Amino acid sequence: MAAMNSSPASVPAIEVEKLQAGYDGDVVLQEVTFSVARGEVFFIIGGSGCGKSTLLRHLVGLNQLMAGTVKFFGQPFTDAAPADRRALLKTFGMLFQGGALWSSLTLRENVALPLEEYTPLSKREINEIATLKLAQVGLGGFEDYFPAEISGGMRKRAGLARALALDPEIVFFDEPSAGLDPVTSRKLDELILQVRDTFGTTIVIVSHELHSIYSIADRVIMLDRAEKGIIATGTPRDLAANSRDPRVSEFLRRADRSAAPA
Amino acid sequence: MPGSLETGDATVTAIEIDGGLDVVLGGVWQVTVPRPTWGKLLAGREPRRVRLRTEQIEKWDTSLLLFLLEAQEWCRVVGVHCDTEALPEKIRAMLGLFTKARETSVPFDRSENFLTGVGRATLETWERARTASTFLGESVIGVARLLKRPRMFRWHDCLDEMQQCGAMALPIVSLISFLVGLIMAYQAAVQLRQFGADIFVADLVGLSVVREMGPMMAAIIMAGRTGAAFAATLANMKANEEVDALETLGIPPVYFLALPRLVALTVMMPLLALYANCLGILGGMVVGAGVLDIPPSAYWIETQSIIDLSDVSTGLIKALAFGVLISLAGCLRGLQAERSAAGVGRAATSAVVTSVLLVIVADAVFAIIFNMLGW
Repeated sequence: MAAMNSSPASVPAIEVEKLQAGYDGDVVLQEVTFSVARGEVFFIIGGSGCGKSTLLRHLVGLNQLMAGTVKFFGQPFTDAAPADRRALLKTFGMLFQGGALWSSLTLRENVALPLEEYTPLSKREINEIATLKLAQVGLGGFEDYFPAEISGGMRKRAGLARALALDPEIVFFDEPSAGLDPVTSRKLDELILQVRDTFGTTIVIVSHELHSIYSIADRVIMLDRAEKGIIATGTPRDLAANSRDPRVSEFLRRADRSAAPA
Repeated sequence: MPGSLETGDATVTAIEIDGGLDVVLGGVWQVTVPRPTWGKLLAGREPRRVRLRTEQIEKWDTSLLLFLLEAQEWCRVVGVHCDTEALPEKIRAMLGLFTKARETSVPFDRSENFLTGVGRATLETWERARTASTFLGESVIGVARLLKRPRMFRWHDCLDEMQQCGAMALPIVSLISFLVGLIMAYQAAVQLRQFGADIFVADLVGLSVVREMGPMMAAIIMAGRTGAAFAATLANMKANEEVDALETLGIPPVYFLALPRLVALTVMMPLLALYANCLGILGGMVVGAGVLDIPPSAYWIETQSIIDLSDVSTGLIKALAFGVLISLAGCLRGLQAERSAAGVGRAATSAVVTSVLLVIVADAVFAIIFNMLGW
């Protein structure tokens, strides 16, 4: 995919314009417009049922948009030809909530599969990369385990290793810290930052984990269920301090209580 | 003599400086496109030391690390110094991690010797037999509880299941039973016509459908359709921890999940068999009228004269038993399933195999019993 390298660095990684999304005729989101800069750690936040996951599923093309456009690196994705779509898809990585590892494959095979599909590398090299990616997420020595044999947190990290297998330009995370203990969750946050700093990867995270939002988010958008769209955009600290919208300040203020050290 | 390689957008230049090799990496390195290799760059040269550095590198990922690793590996084998000091900090850090990952990666041996395998299989068989008998016991207790307090039973679930396994199965049962009757009549017609005994087609079809084929075909269809559905549903619920949720509430999963299905299929099975009987006879009648010129009225009278209540009831008793066996096998396999996607598939397969096997065995046992009783 040469397009995103040739496109000037000023072109945002993701541009969403007037997106309308939903299921079976029910509109969940409408008139959603935002863009994500390259190398940004971008959070989509909001209460349960506000359409965070819906937005993510529509961004990565798992569901069809009802209206609007999504562009990656200036390239339209929404109605791209199948070949272009495939080319764009391999520049994404996605970490699903439960890891979504293929249960019949070992961790190494899970990470190797995208490499086998998309790279001209030899079997030996693919194995080495899989080993490296697993070591990168702290799963060295677990290469030949099956997903059912490891814990939920490890599954999630293995899912991240798989998402990173192709050194993607953009990595999407669906609730990365859901079901993880605080230490593991913080380590995952550090890992996300490390990936961004090393490879300049753009990171899009759906989350309502306030600790992560405050510690790694460059910018957040907040969705609201009644509004069916974005009610706030900015850095988390700025929003918490200056937003006049009670929904925003209430959501972000919970942090002060829960995150404040005793 | 400088040697330069360009593959895709990635560039490598090797500059020879008094016996050593200065390797300059640049451009765009991407794992999804082919990259330069160390062997090609070297082209037979044997430098006494190697120095790696980057110049105007626009973008890099794991493919660059693979190249560096190749270089390091070569240096280690040949025994020359490999200088990575000039590489950017980030690349060196990743390279370090890579090297460490290779060292700590130990292949995991899953093979086991013959004795261990036999031991495991034995223990597993024992465990399965245990869960099967526990399940059977719990089902009996569940039935007792149902009879004692019928109002506490999940009648709504049970009716839903009846609709699913009874009414919704009518089309497929119709088609198959009709065709089975038709096929049997054809086979019989060819033989019996030679003796001018055309009318006995009605006797043969009527008796074998009512005593054997009706209940049997209904059972086979139900095993494939409903038994598999029971197993898949319960296995999925188990994988989803829904079964555990019942346990923690103190509700026996067998009573809550298996019993409504057991009751539903046990009730529906004789009805389906009766329906299959009618359709089978109808199939025979169609062949009689179309091929053998037997008027339907004559065919019907002949059928009525040969079939009596004991024939019908033996068929229905068998159908009842088949219903119990199929639902037990389906629910048991579902509750025994492993908690994974593959486990659900295996549970469904195993449910069908088990129920068909049980149905055939039970049929044989019934044949002996009915013979002894003279029914």
